[in-house]
Parts: sequence; C-alpha cells; structure tokens
Amino acid sequence: MVEEFRICLKNYGLIDPEKIEDYLNRGGYQSLKKALTIPQSELVAEVKDSGLRGRGGAGFNTGVKWGFSLNTPADQKYIICNADEGEPGTYKDRIIMQSDPQLVLEGMAIAGYAVGASKGYIYCRGEYPYVVERLKKAIAQAEMAGLLGTNLLGTDFSFTVEVRMGAGAYVCGEETALIESLEGKRGEPRFKPPFPGVAGLWGRPTVVNNVETLANLPWIIEHGAEAFKKIGASKYPGTKIFTLTGDVAKKGFCEVPTSATIRDIIYGFGEGVANGKSFKAVQIGGTSGAFLPEAQLDTVVDLDSMTAAGGSLGSGATFVLDETRDLVEIAATIAEFFEHESCSKCTPCREGTFRSHEILKKIAAGEAGVKELEDLESLMDLMMKASFCGLGMAAPTPTLSLLKHFRSEFEDRLRRDEN
Amino acid sequence: MDKVQDIALRYKDLPGGLIEALHAVQEEYAYIPEDALKQLAIAFKIPQSRAYGVAKFYSYFSVKPRGRFIIRICKSAPCHVQGAAEVVQTLEKELGIRLGETTKDNQFTLEPTECVGACEQTPVITINGKPYGDLNPAKVKEILAGYKQQQ
Repeated sequence: MVEEFRICLKNYGLIDPEKIEDYLNRGGYQSLKKALTIPQSELVAEVKDSGLRGRGGAGFNTGVKWGFSLNTPADQKYIICNADEGEPGTYKDRIIMQSDPQLVLEGMAIAGYAVGASKGYIYCRGEYPYVVERLKKAIAQAEMAGLLGTNLLGTDFSFTVEVRMGAGAYVCGEETALIESLEGKRGEPRFKPPFPGVAGLWGRPTVVNNVETLANLPWIIEHGAEAFKKIGASKYPGTKIFTLTGDVAKKGFCEVPTSATIRDIIYGFGEGVANGKSFKAVQIGGTSGAFLPEAQLDTVVDLDSMTAAGGSLGSGATFVLDETRDLVEIAATIAEFFEHESCSKCTPCREGTFRSHEILKKIAAGEAGVKELEDLESLMDLMMKASFCGLGMAAPTPTLSLLKHFRSEFEDRLRRDEN
Repeated sequence: MDKVQDIALRYKDLPGGLIEALHAVQEEYAYIPEDALKQLAIAFKIPQSRAYGVAKFYSYFSVKPRGRFIIRICKSAPCHVQGAAEVVQTLEKELGIRLGETTKDNQFTLEPTECVGACEQTPVITINGKPYGDLNPAKVKEILAGYKQQQ
C-alpha cells in the first residue's frame, strides 16, 4: 500500500488559509528568500534538474520552459498561473488554492524572479468565485507583509499578482487560448510558434504554469533538486494529486509519489468499487483521457508509463466505472461535452465534435450500422491529425480507447440488418 | 444605464479588462443587456460586434434576461453517472420550467453546465455560483425551499 506524500498539500488542514501568519509559521516564504540569493540562470537550472514537469497534463519540463523566457530579452515578462482547471472530475487546483493560497503566490514569485518577470496573473475559472475571493485576500496580506510588491526582501526584485476570472470556457485551459482570454478576447487558441515563453501575453515572454506545478516550487527550492528527484518515478519525479470520482467506494483526493499504480489509487485510497460491484473501466486525466480496463490497473501513474499503456495522466482525475455502466452512453455524454466546448475556430474540431456526438447518440439508440461506426473512427483519426489545438486532438481519445478495449459493447448496439 | 457607465470607467483602462467588466455587468443585471454591451464597446474602443462576440463566447455570460437565482446543473460524466438526470427532473418539476428557461416571476433560471470542479460531492448544482453537492430529489427540494423563502 502506497502512502501519501504531500508536497503541494503539505499545509492542507494544518493552517488557516486566510491567515498569512499561519503560512509563515510553517516556513512559508523561506524558499522565496533563498531563491532571491541564487542567480537566475542557476535557479532555472535547479528546477530543470529537479525534473519537475508540468502538472496541467502536457508534462513539459518546467525549467526548460522557463529557460525560453529567461533567454528572451524584453521590457516586460509575465508569469501566468493557469487555474482554469476544467477537466471534468478534476478539482486538485481548487483544493491547493483553497487550503494554501500563499503557497501558490510564493511559487509564482519564485518563477517570476527566475525568468525576470515582475507581473503575475492568476487566471482562475469562473466556477470558483469563492476561490477568487480567497486569492484576493491572500494577495492583499502578502502585499501588507512585504512579500509581494516592490523590492521584495530588500532586493531589486519586484513582483505583483492580479487575479482574473474566466467565464466558463474549457478551451481556455490551453495556454494560448488562456492568454487571448486574459487580453479580453474570445478564448481561441493561437498558432504556435511563437510559443508563449517567447511571445505570449501582449506579445511579451510569458511563462504559463499550472497551479500544481507552481505549488511544487517552494519544496524544491527548500530541499533541492536531488531530493525531489528521489521521489516517485525517475522520468516524472515528485508527486501527483488524484481526484477520485464515479463508482469508487470513497470519493476524495490523494497526493502520492508518481511511482504509485492505478490500483493503489483506486483500491488504496478509493477503497475499491462502490456497493460491492466489480470494476469495469477507469478514465484517468479527465474527460479527454483514455479509458483503461482491469488488465492495466498495475500501470505506474507517471506520465510516460501511462502513455506507454495507451492511457494518459492528464489532470489526474480518476473516473471509475463499475460493471453495470453503459459505455456507449458514456461515450456519447463525453462527446456532447466536446461538442459544447469546441471553440469552433477550426473545422476538424468544430464539425468533428458535432458529428462524433451525432453518431455516438445513434449508436447508443441502436440506430447506427457498421458504416457509421467506420465513419466515426475515420473522422476521429482526422480530428487527431488535423485539429488546430489539443482540444480537437484529444476529443476522440475516450471513445477510441473504449473501442479498443470494449469494442463488442459498441458492435452489439449496431443495427442488426447490417451486422 | 449609469451603473454600466461606472463599470466601464472602472475597467476601461485595465489591460484586457473587458471580461472583468462583463462579469461586473452580469453581477448587476444577471445577464448582459444589449445597451450595456454598446456602452462597453464605446468605452473599450472596440466594435460592438466584437464586444458581442466576446460575451457570446463564454458560457458564463448570457445575453438573454435571466432570473434572480441562476441554477446550473453539471452534466459532465462524473455527475452524469451519479444521478444528474434525476436532479434535473426534480428541479424542472419543482419550478415548473424546463432546462434553459426562467420562471414567470423571474426568480429562477435553470441552465445546464459542464464540470464545476466540486466532484467530491457528485451530483452537483450551483446556485449563483455556490455549489451544492451529494444531491438527491429530497435534498434538492429542501435547498429550493430555502431560496423560495428569500423571495
């Protein structure tokens, strides 16, 4: 049985999140103080060496990402904290921000110093107005304590943070769409390159890091890259927060080393399948993730192992389904989500998500034939290859993974005359 | 619309402040009135079509009038498998309206939504942004009764 290891949730339940004194008493802002004594390039190298990879789902090395911004000269650079978690079944960023908002601010200040950014934005999803209030309080307290603002801790470094609220658009989790939204526009993704690290918010070098990524930084600075590398899987070190939903006996969250297995999470922390039923499938990483069958429950949860198993790590959302669940109907529900959330900028995603939902509804209703299932697979292949951003590329993943592991459930629903 | 003018003044010089201004307008009126959009477009020096395009892009903003209490029901997969449909049925029956409609007294609007990030307590609804979870028909009726008393 794997034990929890709390880095991002180290203060969860142990402090009053609305009192900066509590955070300071637990060693808060000591990492920022330490970071400010380290030259920028060494700090970026330290984070790169730690092997910390983006916890929003893409898994890019955080230090490498910072390097692009550090090495791009500009009159202004920005840090954006991506708090637009919209993957259904995910609430990890919310619990970090709710239980320990100063940790996120400290992480942002460290990132700001490392790349030379004096301004930070937290883009928090509109579904969390109560978190926005808490963040604003935390910023005011940090400013009062001289931990945000000008000339921090007697250095030349200045850093301020502003919270902006999203307005219910899943695509804004994509970093360039998020930047468009921060600029007050429709949240449609931008063409890359240039990447935000070089030309992001208002054309300036911008680091966009997920809440959970930033929450790791104070620990890494305090304990060092070597200590961090020793936790979890070697290629994706550290911990990951998982949020359990669906047919688990115990819904909730856990932060575990990335060397844990899916089984540890579902049976250890989720206490198995609810109501004494049998396990059927699990979808990890949110609604854009792949479903995996029982045979793959011993897969280690680090990003590379999950990908190799045909799965995904994504946000760490863990959606469990028991033996009674109708997978075709669930695929149709998920397809409806993507149809709704497609930003409509590109045709493969706009039309693809619409038609996928249409065909899956027909299959679920027993009104589709073999030809339509073939059309669906061909359409999804096109979406993955030709969509403009990750939304359209990932939208087919859940359905294709269900077809891979549970194909007969779909075929059994096809019209008999064509079977 | 003096209140819109105040909002426009407060946000027009904030970089990228249009979305913050739209949030503020909606907080005031429960939706984004056409006149408000026109005033914001002038304040932000953008065409009205663009202001409208931004408002329409985000599912949180409504350009149609809505009730005082906006009830949003999560229909994402985790809530879906935990009985979201039953919650919808109860709300529709209790309020006498369908999803997407507003009660005649302009008190309640029912809207579908995607995940609201409160998945430790599925199925979930939000009322004016506040989440209510672990719902069943009895609990929904109880919550509604509380809001009806506020009328």
